[in-house]
Amino acid sequence: MYYDPFVLPFMIGLNILCIYLVVTYVRWIRSFSRADRHTILKNMISIKTLRACKEIFLESLVHHKIYRTSPFLGYMHMCFGLGWFLLIVVGKIESLVYHTSLFNPPYFAIFFRFFHPANEAFPHSNVFAFLMDLILLMILSGLALAWFKRLYSRLLGMKRTTRHRPFDRLILTVLWLIFPVRFLAESFTSGSRGGGSFLTHSAGEFFASFLPVESLSYPMWWVYSSVLGIFFLLLPFSRYMHIPTEMVYIFLKNWGVKQGRKFTAISKFQLYACSRCGICIDQCQLGSSLGLTTTQPVYFLKKIRHHEDYSQEIDNCLMCGRCENACPVDLHLNLLRLSQRKDYTHITKNTYTYIPAPRIPKARVAYFAGCMGHLTPGVIRAMRQLFEKAGIEYTFIDEQNGICCGRPMMLSGNYNAASIVVERNRTAILNSGAEILVTSCPICYTTFKENYHLNLKIMHHTEYIAQLISQGLLHPHASELRTVFHNPCELGRGNGICESPMQVLQAVSRPVPTKYDGKKSLCCGGSLANLHITPTQRSRLSEDALNAYLSYHPDVLVTACPLCKKTFAKNHHTVPIKDIAEIVAENC
Amino acid sequence: MNNIWGFTISSARVIDYDKNDRSFAQYMTDTVPSSQLCIGCGGCTATCTAGALTDFNIRKLQMLVKRGENREAGEQMHKCMLCGKCLLVCPRGVDTRRMIFAMLKYIDNQKL
Repeated sequence: MYYDPFVLPFMIGLNILCIYLVVTYVRWIRSFSRADRHTILKNMISIKTLRACKEIFLESLVHHKIYRTSPFLGYMHMCFGLGWFLLIVVGKIESLVYHTSLFNPPYFAIFFRFFHPANEAFPHSNVFAFLMDLILLMILSGLALAWFKRLYSRLLGMKRTTRHRPFDRLILTVLWLIFPVRFLAESFTSGSRGGGSFLTHSAGEFFASFLPVESLSYPMWWVYSSVLGIFFLLLPFSRYMHIPTEMVYIFLKNWGVKQGRKFTAISKFQLYACSRCGICIDQCQLGSSLGLTTTQPVYFLKKIRHHEDYSQEIDNCLMCGRCENACPVDLHLNLLRLSQRKDYTHITKNTYTYIPAPRIPKARVAYFAGCMGHLTPGVIRAMRQLFEKAGIEYTFIDEQNGICCGRPMMLSGNYNAASIVVERNRTAILNSGAEILVTSCPICYTTFKENYHLNLKIMHHTEYIAQLISQGLLHPHASELRTVFHNPCELGRGNGICESPMQVLQAVSRPVPTKYDGKKSLCCGGSLANLHITPTQRSRLSEDALNAYLSYHPDVLVTACPLCKKTFAKNHHTVPIKDIAEIVAENC
Repeated sequence: MNNIWGFTISSARVIDYDKNDRSFAQYMTDTVPSSQLCIGCGGCTATCTAGALTDFNIRKLQMLVKRGENREAGEQMHKCMLCGKCLLVCPRGVDTRRMIFAMLKYIDNQKL
């Protein structure tokens, strides 16, 4: 029997951690709604589980999404994730080959170098020793990068890093101690008894030349076991709770549990799955333009988790989705924020009785300009022109007495009020008998898709124009204009429409590629979701975004959202800002 | 005397500032300081989605709150659809939309 008292701190820590995790997760999973539990059971034994395993490998271990931010940052996270995982797995295999029993105690593999007398060779022992040293070296290189990141984060692709709580800094220190201590323990053992490979063996010989490694190695194993034990005990109360939680979350996500508008058990999983890596911080324009440093998702979630006051942060978010797009854990940051916004309007069925029942002429194509569309008559004019050019018969749903789509209300948490407005519009749209609903406003577009449950094709006008061109109904001529496209948040990131605007622009102009293309676009600052910043702050944000686009010196800045157009145009008059429909109409 | 000269004094139109509760107005000034910038041009009301269909009127709403006619303001409030057009047309940079949110929250707390 292999046993030594020094394994106790490790074993105690590990056991308490496992019990704590099982109890917590079972409690959370039990609070899922009946429908969610049903979904989980239905999808548990299916290909989705395998897909989740693949995702866990790629996300939790390789951290492949972080490579998009910076290869160094990705490598650093991979060293800890994949490195530690390999250390455990290869160590376990090594111990199995040596011991040949599957049920050797968990500490046996972890402290293998201590229990294994080095002179006793077993199959491939040299290969294993080499592999284990290689993996340890990989982790130590990651650790060096992590230290370096604390000093100079920019080289690892991050302008700002997360401000951690003192408790999290403590456990970070413990985590950083684990691997150097393991290295020392293995080196000292190797120095006194032999064994190890290129790293620990050479280091052992080096240390033995000036240190009493014989008497140091045993205490070092005690230290190693203790830091592991302390790490396990502190883990549930620190940000490292993300390590186990993220894996459970990936399973739940793949089994089809969705984050809704309320804060539920899946929200709790997401709250704890946030690793506070801080990648969202640089994405947030409230930080980069306005210097607001407490509202980024990492801090927002931190405040919820540690029960600090976050009432201001609830409202202070543009919901542009830039953070969500960059989040390596794939958290639904916008919905989490929204889940905290309370419904406080006193709306009854009668509140909106003033809205007259519209009489809509029937047609195959229905057009909805939206409130913001009506604020930019140029867009409507252009759309009318294009419909006529293409010979499309259409009906204009909100030509007169048009009302809001309801999304601004939803974004402020007032779902009750929104549901009434939604019902009104829905009736009007259905009465038109249309098969295709075209809208000029990406905000309306999102709502129509997500909340209206319409059984017809919903298209944003960029998609529709792209379709008309490809069908040969519109024949725009290519102009010599240099255009830069600002993809509205709700269109690009929100609905993934990045191709059609580019196709359309290529047909009518010479689009200039920018680093803000597609899902990396900037928020114009007009966001209706932010209920906190002042108009002055909005203008500053909008100016910064505009200048970023104008640094590419376009003849025209093109967007596809009337709100973005209006917001940009409000403070700027030298470079024309046009909607994509206007550009096409001008060149038709 | 009545109506000889074509004028009457209607008691219903007398606003007694001393009796009216100004706490709502004070709250609004505190939470949305930009509301004081309003020059009453009525741009917000002209563009208002709800205002096109009913007598909902942001300019008037502001006035009611400033005068302390809270009950009337409370009755009007909910007609707003929060679409945010008023915010974009305001020439003075009044945070009209946030003003509405502040009012809704106040009404929710006071049960007006």
